[in-house]
Amino acid sequence: MLRYLAARIGLIVPTFFGIIFLTFILIRLVPGDPVEVRLGERGIEPERHAALLRQMGLDKPLAEQFLGYVAGVLRGDLGVSFSTQQPVLREFMSLFPATIELTFCAVLLGVLIGIPAGILAGMKRGSLYDHLMMTASLTGYSMPIFWWGLLLILTFSVNLHWTPVSGRIDLSYFVDSVTGFMTIDALLSDERGAFRSAIMHLMLPTIVLATLPLAVIARMTRSAMLEVLGENYIRTARAKGLSALRVVNLHALRNALIPIVTVIGLQIGVLLGGAIITETIFSWPGIGKWLVEAIARRDYPVLQGGVLIIASLVMLVNLIVDVAYGLLNPRIRHGR
Amino acid sequence: MPLLEIRNLTVEFPTDDGTFRAVDGLDLDLDRGEVLGIVGESGSGKSVTMLALMGLLPWPARVRADRMSFDGIDLRNLRASRRQRIMGKDIAMVFQEPMTSLNPCFSVGFQLVEALKTHEGGARIALRRRAVELLEKVGVPDPERRIHAFPHQLSGGMCQRVMIAMAIACRPRLLIADEPTTALDVTIQAEILGLLAELQREQGMAMVLITHDMGVVAEAVDRVMVMYASQPFELQTTRALFECPRHPYTAALLEALPERNRGKRRLSVIPGTVPGLADRPSGCIFSPRCQFVDARCRDVPPSLVGLNAGQVRCHHPLSEQPR
Repeated sequence: MLRYLAARIGLIVPTFFGIIFLTFILIRLVPGDPVEVRLGERGIEPERHAALLRQMGLDKPLAEQFLGYVAGVLRGDLGVSFSTQQPVLREFMSLFPATIELTFCAVLLGVLIGIPAGILAGMKRGSLYDHLMMTASLTGYSMPIFWWGLLLILTFSVNLHWTPVSGRIDLSYFVDSVTGFMTIDALLSDERGAFRSAIMHLMLPTIVLATLPLAVIARMTRSAMLEVLGENYIRTARAKGLSALRVVNLHALRNALIPIVTVIGLQIGVLLGGAIITETIFSWPGIGKWLVEAIARRDYPVLQGGVLIIASLVMLVNLIVDVAYGLLNPRIRHGR
Repeated sequence: MPLLEIRNLTVEFPTDDGTFRAVDGLDLDLDRGEVLGIVGESGSGKSVTMLALMGLLPWPARVRADRMSFDGIDLRNLRASRRQRIMGKDIAMVFQEPMTSLNPCFSVGFQLVEALKTHEGGARIALRRRAVELLEKVGVPDPERRIHAFPHQLSGGMCQRVMIAMAIACRPRLLIADEPTTALDVTIQAEILGLLAELQREQGMAMVLITHDMGVVAEAVDRVMVMYASQPFELQTTRALFECPRHPYTAALLEALPERNRGKRRLSVIPGTVPGLADRPSGCIFSPRCQFVDARCRDVPPSLVGLNAGQVRCHHPLSEQPR
């Protein structure tokens, strides 16, 4: 297991530097520089343009810029945003809890519904329930997120007035930011009803964001279960006189979990990068929205830093998945 | 009353080309402590018969029988909870492929203890000790250490020993061994068969040994059932079967044994192939390949009839002269 882990961690280092290099180059390949983008149609005298670029350090040769950036990263300094003059790391940290909160709830919903739904469909293959589940998950899988989000807002917010339209909490509450997670902060604050408001605000974005992972997890669980249930050791387990519940939930699920955990890990990685569309629809102040705006402003430090942090987090999640994989699968845990 | 009683067992699988009958009108009695061999080619219905008995056939198999009882308990339409109390305790089964028949995610000890705990319960330490004793009994060396091993860390022979330990854990009255040595090396095969025979004698349990190896049959079993394309053809004591087979198929099968072809340049064979779903004859199912076939064989399917101590499904059983 230790050797397995060491190999996994060893792979992370080159990947990390690859990402630093790629984000740096790709952003600079986009036409236009931060100065031009900010000025728009009005134009600018070449001297002033050059002066502003020099101020941002963009006049130096690419190689020098890159080395400077890498040196900064290694020191833990991701630079300062061109547009807000705030350190990238601080901006990221202030927005990230919103994304984590949403991601966590969405994945939780996807796992809690997706795995049981998939197990049931796998057990009752070919039944009416199986067909319904597969159709529903295919719909969830292929539905445009923005349309689904708007549909939910129209139904539950506009027509039924059950949930708020957007934001993280009602404007009448003033909740001190302690952890950055609105639900926890609301609980910690003395404001009555703040927690309820935070939960209600979280509801629709969670459903919208959970739709895709839920569909993917349910389908993966179903196919993994179908495969595992046909294995010889399942027949052995049944021949031992074990209850159907134990055969499915212990003997089959334990083996089926290996691919399911991989899929869940991948989904978490995707969602951590910020749910751009969901965050935009619900005005959710998270990472996805921040990065999209940074692209429009050609805010190089924000993009480089933001993508790097997210990529690192995805690698971390993958590492955790690999560890879980090892814990679930004795063939990996015990070498080979 | 025999321990196991089966009358007119039929197992069918619906397929796109019609219904495939895997077992056709099988009768079987098995006494306490008796060892029965079921021989036949692949696909002759040997395993399906026993899986039907265990209730282990996958959907959409259809199982019908006039009677199927174990120790007086009707096994047809048994409630799941009731069946679970019998399977693994009174009737246990050892399968063909030991490497894939153990769950790769759990240690050998876990899977052994699970079998004991399900049917007998008890404290963890006591169960663990019994698991070690069982491993020792089936000849797993260093059982204290092996109990922590995972299936992928064991050889095929070791896995089969663990499977056997699991099967005999609750001292079953009937052990079904479904080609337990097919997937193993030749040298290991004899050891496993020896182990099964020894355990059978020691515990006095009845045993059904499914195999396609006539040599195994000759050594290990009291009575033999010969199956061909879903039907039992002949049921005899081992000695009678080898000395004077009554069914032409059995005779041809024995004729094809390498031991009986010493000094010949070619092995004797049975011409033709087993009929499939589409070309099943209307009369005797062996008629297209039988050297004694006549018009009646082609039209009228023979039924299993008693003949001295055995049973045979043939219009023209061979005479009883010893060969």
